[in-house]
Amino acid sequence: MEEELFISGRNIPNIDPNLEVWHFPISLYLFLGGMAAGIIFFASLFTIMKKEKEVPTAVKSGMIVVIIAISIGLLALIYDLTHKLYVWQLYMTIRIESPMSWGAWVLLVITILSFLWVFSYFTEMFPKWDLKFDFLKKFQTYLIENRRTLAIILLPLSVILGIYTGILLSAFNARPLWNNSILGPLFLTSGLSTGAAAIILFSKNQYEKHLFGKIDLALIILELGLIIHMIMGMYAGSAVQLEALDILIGGEYTVMFFVFVVILGLIFPAIIEGIEIMGYKVPSIVPALLVLMGGLIFRMVMVEAGQLTRYLY
Amino acid sequence: MDNSRRSFIKISALGASGLALSATAFGSFNANALTENNKLAESAKNLKRTPTYCEVCFWKCAAWAYTDENNNIKKLIGNEIDPHCNGRLCPRGTGGVGMYADDDRLKTPLIRTKGEGEDTFREASWEEALTLIASKMQGIKDTYGPESMALLKHGSPGSHFEHLFKAYGSDTIAEPAYAQCRGPRETGFGLTFGAWVGSPEPTDIRDTKCLVLIGSHIGENMHNTQVQEMSQAIDNGATIITVDPRFSTAASKSNHWLPIKPSTDIALLLTWMHVIIYEDLYDKDYVERYGSGFDKLKEHVKNYTPEWAYGITTIKPEEIRKTARLMAAASPSVIVHPGRHVVWYGDDSQRERAIAILNGLLGSWGRRGGFYFKEKIKIPKFPQPAYPHPKWGWEEIGEKYPFAEMGITNELIKASIPEENHKHQVKAWFIAGTNLVNTIPQREVMEKAIDAVEFIVAVDTMPMEITGYADVVLPECTYLERYDGIRSATNREPSIALRMPAAEPRFDSKPAWWIAKQLGEKLGLHDYFNYNDFKEVIAWQLEQLGTSLEEMEKIGVKKFPRKSGSMFIEEGQPYEFATDDGKIQFYSSELAEKGFDPMPVYTSHDAPDSGFYRLNYGRSPMHTFSRTINNPNLSDLTDENKLWVNPKVARIEGLKKDQEVWLENQDGVISTFPIKVRVTERIRWDSVYMYHGFGHNNKKLSRAYGKGASDTQLITKVDIDPLMGGTGMRSNFVKFLTTNPHKEIES
Amino acid sequence: MRYAMVIDTLKCVGCSDCVVACQTENNVPVGYCRDWVTESVSGGYPTLDLELKSERCNHCDNAPCVRCCPTGASHEGEGGIILVTENECIGCGACIESCPYDARFQHPEGYVDKCTFCHHRLEEGQNPACVSVCPTNCMYFGDLDDPTSEVSKLLETRKYKVLAPEAGTDPNVYYLIK
Repeated sequence: MEEELFISGRNIPNIDPNLEVWHFPISLYLFLGGMAAGIIFFASLFTIMKKEKEVPTAVKSGMIVVIIAISIGLLALIYDLTHKLYVWQLYMTIRIESPMSWGAWVLLVITILSFLWVFSYFTEMFPKWDLKFDFLKKFQTYLIENRRTLAIILLPLSVILGIYTGILLSAFNARPLWNNSILGPLFLTSGLSTGAAAIILFSKNQYEKHLFGKIDLALIILELGLIIHMIMGMYAGSAVQLEALDILIGGEYTVMFFVFVVILGLIFPAIIEGIEIMGYKVPSIVPALLVLMGGLIFRMVMVEAGQLTRYLY
Repeated sequence: MDNSRRSFIKISALGASGLALSATAFGSFNANALTENNKLAESAKNLKRTPTYCEVCFWKCAAWAYTDENNNIKKLIGNEIDPHCNGRLCPRGTGGVGMYADDDRLKTPLIRTKGEGEDTFREASWEEALTLIASKMQGIKDTYGPESMALLKHGSPGSHFEHLFKAYGSDTIAEPAYAQCRGPRETGFGLTFGAWVGSPEPTDIRDTKCLVLIGSHIGENMHNTQVQEMSQAIDNGATIITVDPRFSTAASKSNHWLPIKPSTDIALLLTWMHVIIYEDLYDKDYVERYGSGFDKLKEHVKNYTPEWAYGITTIKPEEIRKTARLMAAASPSVIVHPGRHVVWYGDDSQRERAIAILNGLLGSWGRRGGFYFKEKIKIPKFPQPAYPHPKWGWEEIGEKYPFAEMGITNELIKASIPEENHKHQVKAWFIAGTNLVNTIPQREVMEKAIDAVEFIVAVDTMPMEITGYADVVLPECTYLERYDGIRSATNREPSIALRMPAAEPRFDSKPAWWIAKQLGEKLGLHDYFNYNDFKEVIAWQLEQLGTSLEEMEKIGVKKFPRKSGSMFIEEGQPYEFATDDGKIQFYSSELAEKGFDPMPVYTSHDAPDSGFYRLNYGRSPMHTFSRTINNPNLSDLTDENKLWVNPKVARIEGLKKDQEVWLENQDGVISTFPIKVRVTERIRWDSVYMYHGFGHNNKKLSRAYGKGASDTQLITKVDIDPLMGGTGMRSNFVKFLTTNPHKEIES
Repeated sequence: MRYAMVIDTLKCVGCSDCVVACQTENNVPVGYCRDWVTESVSGGYPTLDLELKSERCNHCDNAPCVRCCPTGASHEGEGGIILVTENECIGCGACIESCPYDARFQHPEGYVDKCTFCHHRLEEGQNPACVSVCPTNCMYFGDLDDPTSEVSKLLETRKYKVLAPEAGTDPNVYYLIK
């Protein structure tokens, strides 16, 4: 028989018996960040392709959703900091090796650019509100002229933001569940998918809804592939990874993961979207909400389950 | 995870952060960013150090108490030159600061008042409490004679009250450290070598080539010097042989672990003697020169072959022979350790004698790597009149036990029960520094005595269970807040150590010397307390010793050269042992005269019935008896005891890791609190094991209350040692109750 | 200079003096700890093996906590000691997540805390509190770059292991096992 125990000293709040350092706000932050990245991606992509008129929700109200999502996400992140008064320290340095650091900077740039983006559409969206000052009007004109430039900058940044939400976790060798290179692309895909779902949710334009339905279906299929890839990778991994995998496929989080994320959050909406594409009339709000819910639960599962996995003890 | 513990931590953490936040809020935007390390380094420079010696256990290591500018005691560090600790305190010593910081401490004198239905304590002034005690003591003296007032004590406070009691006319004094702990070994070694082992044990472990531990778990008991020296012995490549039914920490460090069947140690010891004698391995010159009765011993152990012992001890004959030869090969640098808590089966003095005899055969007493001749400094007595001569005292109470050399606490307790018809009746108790409830077995007997006595005073720093039985409770300040007697203890070279207050007493607590003096004054014994402050006594004594209070305040510990000659017998030179015939008595004529076995014999002891398991108990390295469980620093390390259960037993009984069980012993006594199961291979299938001292039932001990189970509560059967009255406590058997037995009774 | 701690498991009795000495030396609040003691038992009665270990931050050469810190609060100090500057720490918890030894925790004041190898004592020429208090003398501290140091010699002559080597952190706390 093997027996391992702490004789003394280890009963530290949030550390023992298992890590609970990152809570729901972090999951929410990752989810909102990913979704925002998705919306920005589509808004910039269609703008660059000069097809912004075909996707009015993505480029207009979608970008308002982005600003709100990022703001809530940042507040959630700060809420989970334990030394909040020092949060400004984040912007005193750039540390390339720290995903948290470059992520914070990317987020800052994206936030500023997104505000500019929304401002460029301000008069178009709210024609009754008059911009009182001349220089504001001039500035808006300038932004409208340079919207493509904004899009060209934002497109890669949105990809970085999407990947960042995954790398933030996967960079931790110490948490075997997180520590796989597929998590970045997986979270990016999931972010794009939830972004598409958010656009569907807010869109009143049938064409746009349809278009993003198709995009979302493709992304879901890709995401399912990546999840299988992740599981297969861990299955072939070291002992600690096998233990980590066990939490997902035969442990505490199995139901959450398979029922709420894989089935209700991916497979089911994919089927509905497929049916819709085949021409049947389905309320598109249902798959969109399911995808969003699945995306959030996916982050929660990964954040919480990942903290159960350790090397020692 | 234990929820209540977690919430406790949270509460304390909140308190700390509340304080700390205000500090950082001011400092947070300070351009001159101080790191935690700088702060520590800065504050370390401002710490003031005060000499003390530790009172968390009886080893009494000398230490420095460090206080900050606000006079808070921050840390305790061992005194580098102290031979007891060599600058390294044990966890309890280091955590001694928690004894001072504990907010559950007794804060004011308390007097029992008869309320409606229920007795309660009310807070009282010192004057009122002391006056009441003095008048009761005077009353006892006038009615029954001072002898009827008994002192039950432990540690430094005990000595101040011992002085009071002797001045008052009572020698009815006892401490559990004798008959509930190390008494039998003093008898066994005294009868063999004419000398007590004493404390600290004069074992030359650092230079030994072979250390044999019989149930002694050095490393779990943190007898500091011994732990340190065992480590040196490991470094030196010494052979360690451990005899223990449990895979103790020491067993895990041993070259040979003999997992003996409990209660059969004497059989193994006799067989070792047999092998060493009949294989001609003993130290012939030593035995011939210094021993007597060897031929009788040789004849006595003739039939105790390893094959005989195998059937009894379950240790393979080859293993017995091999270990005997290893000891002999190391002779005379071999120690068969006497152990410390040795009250096991009632034949303990005889087992200790067997250990002593084995050491005699191996020639280890008075030899390098064996036992050295210890020495201590005699502290001059502060001028006082001679003590009066009591008509009777501890000796008369324990007269049934001819070899008792100190008061037998359990006999004093029995003498307090009128139905016992004791010739000498004890009428009142004064208890200082010992929590009898978690020390003395047979709680029922003690409660009967408590009911019978007329008056009980308890002096303690903590609201220990025993204080709940007292009529008057006096809050003593901790050792960190007071002067105490100069520590002079035996060692390789004599030394003295000073204890002076590192901080003002917290709350309304007072030093024991002050309490003793106040009572003395009230009892008209001023001449015995001819000083205003105990500091004067110490200063006078230090002057006599050729030093001064000023010097000792700076150095804490002072060593003196040996005066009694070499630490070891000079090779081949005559040496007179303090026995009847001046020799090591392999055969004890004294025992024979008084009708006891002159040489140890093996007798079998009870084994548990099916479904029952022998209750074995021992020490946690982080705690001293039941005294430290509530210490915030030490409870943070270990706050509950667990019940060690062999996996086979767990399977049979259907027990799981961390499952809570209640224990019921052979007499139907059920543990008040449940204890969590630890399923471990480290314990034999016929026994269970727990740390001693847990399972406190006084709610005022906020960190200790209800944590784990009390072994003492389950010890209702004692095997009395006929030689010296020790209470053998290892023949109690328990079974597991998996549902709460107390609930059933309530409903 | 490369500081390292070497701990002899053959001598450690698991008394936890190192834990309480650290707490009092470093003002670690009760309920928290910068070091701790583990016990591993293997085998079956009566063929058993017991290993006791005092554990703490490993002050890794390849420290993930330093890499992932967004503000530079976690940094490598002199001799490879990993330290946290509390006024730069935002309490994001990334370093806690990154440590395979779970050696870091959130101090009640909010910043992240951990073993410093008693940096403040080293400056005064003293050993870390845990090393200097250990009654069994089973802990050694010194400079691995100095081949004459006690720690170098021990690692030269004794069999040792480190914790979670597969995590690739190059830890600097070594355990003598034979």
